[in-house]
Amino acid sequence: MTTTPLHRQLGLTDDEFARIPELIGRAPSDAELVMFSLMWSEHCSYKHSRRLLRRFPTAAPQVLQGPGENAGAVDVGDGWAVALKIESHNHPSAVEPFEGAATGVGGIVRDILALGARPIALLDSLRFGSLESARSRHLFTRAVAGIGHYGNCIGVPTVGGEVAFDDRYEDSCLVNAMCVGLVRSDGMLKSAAFGDGNLLVLIGNRTGKDGIGGASVLASAELSEDDADKRPSVQVGDPFTERKLMDCCLELAGADLFLALQDFGAAGLTSAASEMAAKGGVGLDIDLNQIPLREAQMTAAEILVSESQERMLGLVAPSQLDAVLATCTRWELDANVIGTVTSTGNFTARHNGEIVVDIPALALTDDAPAYDVPQVPADPPTPLRLDDIAAPDDLAEAWRALLARPNVASKRWIYEQYDHLVGANTIRRPGGDAAVVRIPGMQRALALTTDCAERHCEIDPRGGGRATVFEAARNIVCTGARPYAASDCLNFANPEKGNTGWRLAEVIEGLSEALESIGVPIVSGNVSLYNESPARAIYPTPVVGMVGLLEDASTSIGHGFLADGDVVILLGGGRARVDASEWVGDAIGAPERPNLDDEARLIAAMLRLAATGRVHSAHDVSDGGIAIALTESALAGNVGCHVHLAEDRRNDEVLFGESGGRILVTCAPDGLDAIRAAAGDTPCAVIGTVGGDTVRVEIGSEIVSLDLTDARAVYELTLPKAIA
Amino acid sequence: MVAVVRFPGTLDHDSAARAVQAAGGTATGAWHQDTELPAGTTAVVIPGGFSYGDHLRPGAIASRSPIMDAIRRHADAGGLVLGICNGFQVLCEAGLLPGVLRTNATTSFVCRQMTLEVIDHDTPFTRGLTDTLSIPIKNHDGAWFGDPTTARIVLGYGHENPLGSVASAAGVANQAGNVLGLMPHPEEAVDPLLGSVDGLGLFRALVRA
Repeated sequence: MTTTPLHRQLGLTDDEFARIPELIGRAPSDAELVMFSLMWSEHCSYKHSRRLLRRFPTAAPQVLQGPGENAGAVDVGDGWAVALKIESHNHPSAVEPFEGAATGVGGIVRDILALGARPIALLDSLRFGSLESARSRHLFTRAVAGIGHYGNCIGVPTVGGEVAFDDRYEDSCLVNAMCVGLVRSDGMLKSAAFGDGNLLVLIGNRTGKDGIGGASVLASAELSEDDADKRPSVQVGDPFTERKLMDCCLELAGADLFLALQDFGAAGLTSAASEMAAKGGVGLDIDLNQIPLREAQMTAAEILVSESQERMLGLVAPSQLDAVLATCTRWELDANVIGTVTSTGNFTARHNGEIVVDIPALALTDDAPAYDVPQVPADPPTPLRLDDIAAPDDLAEAWRALLARPNVASKRWIYEQYDHLVGANTIRRPGGDAAVVRIPGMQRALALTTDCAERHCEIDPRGGGRATVFEAARNIVCTGARPYAASDCLNFANPEKGNTGWRLAEVIEGLSEALESIGVPIVSGNVSLYNESPARAIYPTPVVGMVGLLEDASTSIGHGFLADGDVVILLGGGRARVDASEWVGDAIGAPERPNLDDEARLIAAMLRLAATGRVHSAHDVSDGGIAIALTESALAGNVGCHVHLAEDRRNDEVLFGESGGRILVTCAPDGLDAIRAAAGDTPCAVIGTVGGDTVRVEIGSEIVSLDLTDARAVYELTLPKAIA
Repeated sequence: MVAVVRFPGTLDHDSAARAVQAAGGTATGAWHQDTELPAGTTAVVIPGGFSYGDHLRPGAIASRSPIMDAIRRHADAGGLVLGICNGFQVLCEAGLLPGVLRTNATTSFVCRQMTLEVIDHDTPFTRGLTDTLSIPIKNHDGAWFGDPTTARIVLGYGHENPLGSVASAAGVANQAGNVLGLMPHPEEAVDPLLGSVDGLGLFRALVRA
């Protein structure tokens, strides 16, 4: 029987294995080899994406912390900063959806906490297979339960997010979580260790065997049929301890008792400590026997890479240790000095009196391999011929059917399971374009959204990247807020196969171009590759989490119609097409690539409209086209409308076609002049009036209408029925 | 001065303190290990959250905390005690209020704006309140179970009864009316910016005390 060499079992290539002795001057011990395998995994080192990520625009006047720390941060005025990051927990969620999703929330919260920031909002971006699949229903319902369980218990409101269902996610679901936090700009913590003799204090949970090897085993390879065996690699969450950890660390940070702070994420202590050392250009000497264990028999390697949750690593001056330990005791949390800062530059670990690890910290981090991914362009897309698609016999029935798609229907079943209010700052609740959360203690508020145009990305990744950013930005400006900062979570298939590497590069280009056109920096992000099974690969799914800044929280705009007699306006001139639309329901055709100037002008125009104070409602026209946008605004405001649309194409394309660059705005009739003046040269067409109890659309001579009571039943009951 | 009690896992202490201030009062913190309420305490609020992570049963461990003896003495002397959500669960577990809170009939967490009916206007908390209040619920274990013929049900959900409470109860008081527990979150309804100020009345009652 031949045995696979250990390094291959751990996921290292022969070339990578050969580099280790060159870096450390000898063969690695088993514990060291395990550490290299994790730190050099895709999940920790971004080895297949690192070079491409340099393209992102990361500089802007508001940026206080760009990519490279646990989270990014931007200046929101009056000495306060907002920290933000989005991260994936896809592979664990596919294996054990409840704990996978729950610990995804826990992990992103600790990333924000590591800056010394108080988490104030969560969002989740989810993708699953069709709800007709029992497995997808299970993954979806359990992931939602896991997010709720964790987020509710830690007292951070889950205010937004999005979900879509498509067969392409049947084998690889996506669970991305975003967290936003608030911190004094001058009190923001970094993770770099410094100062000979300063102490490493491990605060929080005991270390067990959970999550061992998660980063390489789960997150850096395709899933296959025997994934049940990987269940022990999924971490288990304890939100009560996380809440205490938050309270305790914020108290310590507020008292300036941390010199640096770092969370334990993928690869556990190995990653946390080596990054602290490498960033600070120092060494760390760690005694593994000082780490409280949950199980007695753990090897040095297991302790070094355990992904046990709810742990933070603080750097503390010896003179302040007693104060730190007293606070931890008050919060009923374990806290132990596990090591000291040295000047060697080495990551040194001792176990039972022996040195088991002694390697340059930089070898684990900065010396990780980086690869170019193959750039194989896909064939250029062919536009759909409308003649190839059957026109619906009954437009009203088609409209109703579209409203009943899980991708379109109300997501109330999800967000009612999340505490979206805790903290008493949620001004605009889930269900609209972007959530609006007051910045505690300030007049200002944040608008928050996550978005992705994955079907568009599949067909034209450059255009899809642009469409993703512009949709997020439109959602932000619909509330009246200015797009301010973004975080990205790039979910892709295997980048070494087919066109995926090219799609990754093109999506990054599209995202970057669009972000530059509206002056929004990327301040943090995450990459999740290998979301692929032998049967299918996911769509390129670059989720953008965007934060907008609203100067006056009391001026936020909602998406629901407000008053009888208001004027309905279509802002923007995008031409609706069915290519890759929800109406067609597939990644086919050639959706128009968003024009950078037009889209940026529309976003600026919407902000000018909002500044007039005359806008009664604003809603981005997205999935399902103008018919669905009208329905959503009518349902949210509980009042209908009557609009006229030009019959310049087939009626289903007019009603259900999608394009970038359109926003549905309403105002009182006496506000129309101010709105028109603010729109400037951006198309601003009056298309109808608010009123009645139907959504009524006239296209030429044809009249299509939907009764609001009926529409509400379809819209609200779809998701509960689909999972029942 | 209104004392806002905090256990490990309490979440709504800051919101409750802000609500007290919005009602014109002053709030001060009380820690679970304290054996006395802060000097000058005139009323007590036990805010929502997941004290001790809901381990054992929601509110069960917190109800045995040292601070609870002080709260019991305060209540026995006729002082006002308001328990919100987890605070309601704690008061039931402590025996200061009748009944228990069971898992919601939906078996899930429910976060939703509700219209509450004020059934009993004759308590220090509800005197002068309007007949209906728009206040959100957000809990996982909020179905009140008890004897509706003997318990003093002060607030109700009316016909909707989303959590499956006996007698559609949303809030229950002791017989004297000075201890009130409710599952809805009045601290989330004290600011017009957040959509409702109907929760202010309950906090004004605490401030008046």
